Amino acid sequence: MGRYVARRLLLTIPVLIGASFLIFAMVYALPGDPIRALAGDRPLPAAVQAALRAEYNLDDPLLVQYGKYVLGLVQGDFGTDFSGRPVLQTISERLPVTATLTGVAIVFEIIIGIAAGVLAGLRRGSFFDNLVLVTTTLLVSIPVLVLGFVSQYVFGVRLGVVPVAGISEGLYSYLLPGLILAAISLAYVARLTRTSLADSLRADYVRTARAKGLDRRTVVVRHTLRNSLIPVVTFIGADIGSLLGGAIITESVFNIPGLGRAVFESVQRQEGAVVVGVITLLVFFFIFFNLVVDVLYAVLDPRIRYE
Amino acid sequence: MSEPSTSQRRRPDEGGEPHDREEDRGVGTTALASPDVDGVDERQASLWGDAWAELRRKPFFWIGGVLAVFFLVMALFPALFARGADPRACSLANSSQPPSGAHWFGFDQLGCDYQAQVVYGARNSLQIGFTGVIGLLVVGVVVGALAGYFGGWVDSLLARITDVFYALPLILGALILLRVGPEARIFGQPVPIISERGPGAIALALVFFGWMTAMRLVRSQVIAIKSSDYVAAARALGAGPMRILVRHILPNAVAPVIVYATITVGALIAAEAALTYLGVGLQRPNFSWGLQISDGQNLLRTAPHLVLIPSAVLSLTVMAFVMMGDALRDALDPRQRS
Repeated sequence: MGRYVARRLLLTIPVLIGASFLIFAMVYALPGDPIRALAGDRPLPAAVQAALRAEYNLDDPLLVQYGKYVLGLVQGDFGTDFSGRPVLQTISERLPVTATLTGVAIVFEIIIGIAAGVLAGLRRGSFFDNLVLVTTTLLVSIPVLVLGFVSQYVFGVRLGVVPVAGISEGLYSYLLPGLILAAISLAYVARLTRTSLADSLRADYVRTARAKGLDRRTVVVRHTLRNSLIPVVTFIGADIGSLLGGAIITESVFNIPGLGRAVFESVQRQEGAVVVGVITLLVFFFIFFNLVVDVLYAVLDPRIRYE
Repeated sequence: MSEPSTSQRRRPDEGGEPHDREEDRGVGTTALASPDVDGVDERQASLWGDAWAELRRKPFFWIGGVLAVFFLVMALFPALFARGADPRACSLANSSQPPSGAHWFGFDQLGCDYQAQVVYGARNSLQIGFTGVIGLLVVGVVVGALAGYFGGWVDSLLARITDVFYALPLILGALILLRVGPEARIFGQPVPIISERGPGAIALALVFFGWMTAMRLVRSQVIAIKSSDYVAAARALGAGPMRILVRHILPNAVAPVIVYATITVGALIAAEAALTYLGVGLQRPNFSWGLQISDGQNLLRTAPHLVLIPSAVLSLTVMAFVMMGDALRDALDPRQRS
C-alpha cells in the first residue's frame, strides 16, 4: 500500500503538468492585448510596453512561457497579475471562502443525503422511499442556476430568513449557498445509499447473518451498512474535490467571492496568471482527494487490491 | 470482514461455464450454462425484453418519455407550438406584459411573444444535449474499454490523460475554451465549430471537458467484470481480447452507461444554460432558455414570468431525461426485480 501511495503521488506530477499546460495554452490564446488593456485610454510609450511584455514573458513562444511559469511554480512563485499583485495573495483570500462553502455543502450531503438514503433503502416502496425518489429527481433536474435564483428569491428576498447574497454574516451566509451547491450531489448520495443498501440487503451474507439469528439492527448496521456505504464514502470524498472547483454558478448567483469567481473575473480581465494559478491549485486538490478516495477504497473493501 | 464476496460465487457443480446468479438472466454466458434456452441471441433479447416489460409499468418512464417526446417535437417543429406567433416579430408597445389569454406566456422586455421565444429555445438546448452526449460517449466508451481491459501501461497512460481532464472543472474549462475559442488559431486558421459561437461550439466544449465520467464508468465496469468467472471461462475457451470485450464485457457494462447517457443529456442542457448565464454560451439572436433566464433576472420583481417560464421549461426538459434514466436504471438491473 505504501508503495502504491508513493507511486500515485509521483503520478500526480504529470497530471498537474498536463492540466496546467492545457489551461496555460488556452489562456495563452486569450483574445486581446492585456498590456494595452491595462493602459486604458492613454497609450503607453512603446518602451514601457516592451519592458512590461518582457517582464511578463509575453513575447516568448508558448512552451518557453510555460517553462518559465513552471520554474517559478516549483519555487512556490505563482507569479503576479498585471497590476503587480501576487497571485498567491488572491488565492489566500479566495480559498477560505470556497473551502467554507464546500465544507457546508459536504456536511449537508452527509447528513441529509445518507439519512434519506438509508431510510429509503430500508423500506423500499414505502411512502418515504417514494418521497425521496421524487425529491431527488427534482433536485437533480432543476439546474443549479434556477434552484439558486428561486431559493434566493424565496428565502432571501421574500422570507428574509437568510442573507440574500454576499458573505458578510459569517457562516450563516454560507447556509443557503452551501445547500444549493450540495443539491445535486446530495440527491446522488441519497440514491447511491438507497440502491447500495437495497442491493446489499439481498446479498447472501445478509441472508446468512439473518439465518444465524442476528437481530435486524445488527444485520443492517454491522453487515449491510458497512458494505453499502463504501461507494457512498468514496463518492463524497471525490465530491470534495469536485465542489471546490465546481462552485462557480453558486458563487455567481449568491455573489460569493470564491475561487470560481476569481477565475471568472480573471478570464474577463485576461489575467492569465490568476486563471492558471487558481485552476492548477484546484486540480491539485482534486487529485489529492481522489487519491485519498482510492486508498480508502482499498482499505474499506478487501476485494479491491492494488498489486 | 468474513463475508464472502457478494455475487461472484462459483458453482463448481455445474458442468460448463461457471456463472453467477445475475448473469444467467442476462447476457454473456453460453447456452451450456442454462439448458432451457437455446441460443445466445434469444437470451440477449430477453434482457432487453425483460427491461421493456419492466419499463412499461413505470410511471416515471412514461412521464419522462412523454415530456422528452414533447420537447423533441418542439425542437423539430417549433412553429407547431408557437400558436402562430413569430419569435422575431416584436413590438416595444408590449414590453414585459404578463401572460394573458391571447398570449399565454406574455411578452419579453423587447415586446416579443414569449411563448414563441421559449418554444424556439428548445432546439438549441436539445441539440447541445444530444450531440454532446453522443460525443462524450464515443470518447468515453472507447477510452474506458481500452484502459479497463488492457490494464498495464495502456491503462496508466489513458488514466493519466483522463485524470488531467477529469481534474479540470467542467464549467471552468468550458468557460475558458468558449471565451478563447472564437479568437483561437491553429496554424493561422480559425478552429472550425468552436469559432462559430453556436450550439456546436458549446457541445464541443462540453465534450472536451466532459467525457471522463463515461470513461471511468466503463473502465471500472470493465475491470469489475474482467475478473469475474465467466470472463475467465471465456478466456479459457480460447476467446481473444476483442471477443471478450465486445461479447462478454461491454454488454454487461452497457446498462449503467445508457443510464448515465440519458441523465447526462439533461445535465448538458443545464450546463449550456449555466455557460450562457456566464456570458460565454449562446448569444442573441439565438434562442436559449439560459439567455432568457439571465436577461430576465433583473426584472424578477416586476415581470417574474420572464424568469419563471424558461426556468420551468428548462427544468422540465432536464427532468424528462433524468426520469427516463432512472426508470431505465431500475429496469436494466435484474437484481432490482423481486
